[in-house]
Amino acid sequence: MTDLKFSPGKAVDPQRAIRWGAFRVAEYRIRVLSKWLWSVVAFGLGNPILFLLSVGLGVGALVDANSGGQGLGGVSYLQFVAPALLASAAIQGVMDEVTFPTMDGFVWDKVFFAIGATSISPRQIADGVMLVALLRGLATTLMYLAILLLFGAIPLSSFAPLLLTSMLAGWGWAAIMMAITARLKEDDGFFAIISRFVIAPMFLFSGTFYPLEQMPIYLQPIGWVSPLWHATELGRTLSYGAAMELGMLLLHLGYLALLGLVGMSLTYPKFRERLNS
Amino acid sequence: MFATAKEIVISARSLTKKYKDFVAVDGIDFEVRRGEAFGLLGPNGAGKSTTMKMIASVSQRTSGDLSILGKEPNTQGPEIRAHLGVVPQKDLLDRELKVWENLFTYGRYFGLSRKFLKDKVEELLEFAQLTEKRMSKADDLSGGMQRRLAIARGLVNEPEILMLDEPTTGLDPQARHILWDRLFRLKEQGVTLVITTHYMDEAEQLCDRLIVMDKGKIMAEGSPAELIKKYSSKEVLELRFGTDKNEAAAEQLKDLAERIEVLPDRILLYTQKGEDLLTQIVDAGLNPITSLVRRSSLEDVFLRLTGRSLVE
Repeated sequence: MTDLKFSPGKAVDPQRAIRWGAFRVAEYRIRVLSKWLWSVVAFGLGNPILFLLSVGLGVGALVDANSGGQGLGGVSYLQFVAPALLASAAIQGVMDEVTFPTMDGFVWDKVFFAIGATSISPRQIADGVMLVALLRGLATTLMYLAILLLFGAIPLSSFAPLLLTSMLAGWGWAAIMMAITARLKEDDGFFAIISRFVIAPMFLFSGTFYPLEQMPIYLQPIGWVSPLWHATELGRTLSYGAAMELGMLLLHLGYLALLGLVGMSLTYPKFRERLNS
Repeated sequence: MFATAKEIVISARSLTKKYKDFVAVDGIDFEVRRGEAFGLLGPNGAGKSTTMKMIASVSQRTSGDLSILGKEPNTQGPEIRAHLGVVPQKDLLDRELKVWENLFTYGRYFGLSRKFLKDKVEELLEFAQLTEKRMSKADDLSGGMQRRLAIARGLVNEPEILMLDEPTTGLDPQARHILWDRLFRLKEQGVTLVITTHYMDEAEQLCDRLIVMDKGKIMAEGSPAELIKKYSSKEVLELRFGTDKNEAAAEQLKDLAERIEVLPDRILLYTQKGEDLLTQIVDAGLNPITSLVRRSSLEDVFLRLTGRSLVE
């Protein structure tokens, strides 16, 4: 058995450690995520393919044949639903990467407490987790976009605007979910409730498959509060020029940004409180 | 700064931590010098873990002064933590990651380069006798191995102070001795150790100096030998008369020893010469079911100071 080569206090450069803290947490999250890479890719590619086959070829053909392309803003049904599908994919992608790691960090394995004992600050832990959640959202959205482009469902000019609106929705949602998860003391099936009673209705009532105005007015508020609706509306305007007043455009952008900012500003103090009490 | 034996690395004055109305740590003073093995001893709820969290710069004090490596933990937490190694009571390993990955990722948190860590991880695996388990998931290790991995992880940044919160709780005797050996080697290499424990033998084995805590306060301070000399007799005679007869026997014994403690299952008689006292008792016609003469320990010190035993 050999002894350790040890010069106490000499190995670490504190300034360097502190500066890059959030990226170190991100690096760790990527290492964990890479163990599930196959499922990330399978869901990332499987979802759009299934949607294209069912909604695109089935519902889409029906809608397009009956409207002659006139009823839904003069574009194909796939082009119409693409912004919603993409934003929804981004939301699903980020969701898993903020809720489970945060729950694991504070409740299951409590790994955040081990990380918090290093030079990394609670805020950097939150930032690192968020960074990788956004990367996962980005990967999911890019795979979805690639499939849509490959099948000729949307034109190439839609790529950048739809990536932007989807990621904005993903960030807003991730920040809110992180703020909520940071407050959970135990896992009471909370995530199952969220996915059944929040995500699923949000997907159905956010003007995903038809304009929100088609809904009775008392159901429309579900869309108004949902980041998915705001991202979808934005995406439709930016990708194929669906009519929208400047005020509404700013409102949609502002709402999504606000979700992100409010979510993060509720997340940081809670992380700090739980790790440094 | 030169690392001399006298340099103070931790200094606490009137250190206090309150959680709402509950006072967890109640105005304690202590100093730890570089290279020392310093123990915090006390029963559950004595305030050891809270004191450890404040030293680890993850919990802010309510009042008093605290200086770690010459820095102020309230404002320089990350700088201080860069030079601390922490082995938490519950190992807090990443169970999904392999053994080597647990060490590697932890090193990255300190900003250590991949090149540095490549060698460091191997070195630590060997130190913790886990080289053959490097590719196992942390979850698949035995309790003793997980503990050794947690200690190895706490060393990845070559800390100036290594903090261990009840390092051997839940380990079998053999695993404890392996750990003690590892900790002793670290001390020889100049690492300052801060250890909490409620095992007396552990404190006697490992600590140069310790404080005995109870209800947030320091009851006594000194080396294990000093404390035993000051608060106990040289030897202890333990007698058992049977659960319902101990009280009655104690009544007859109380004038024979320097001090007497009646526990639910046995009587402790504090004396300079245990064997002589036992002979005297047997000659007097008292017949204990079992008897044992032993040296005084920190357990006796604690009993004397608080009226309670440590492990309940």
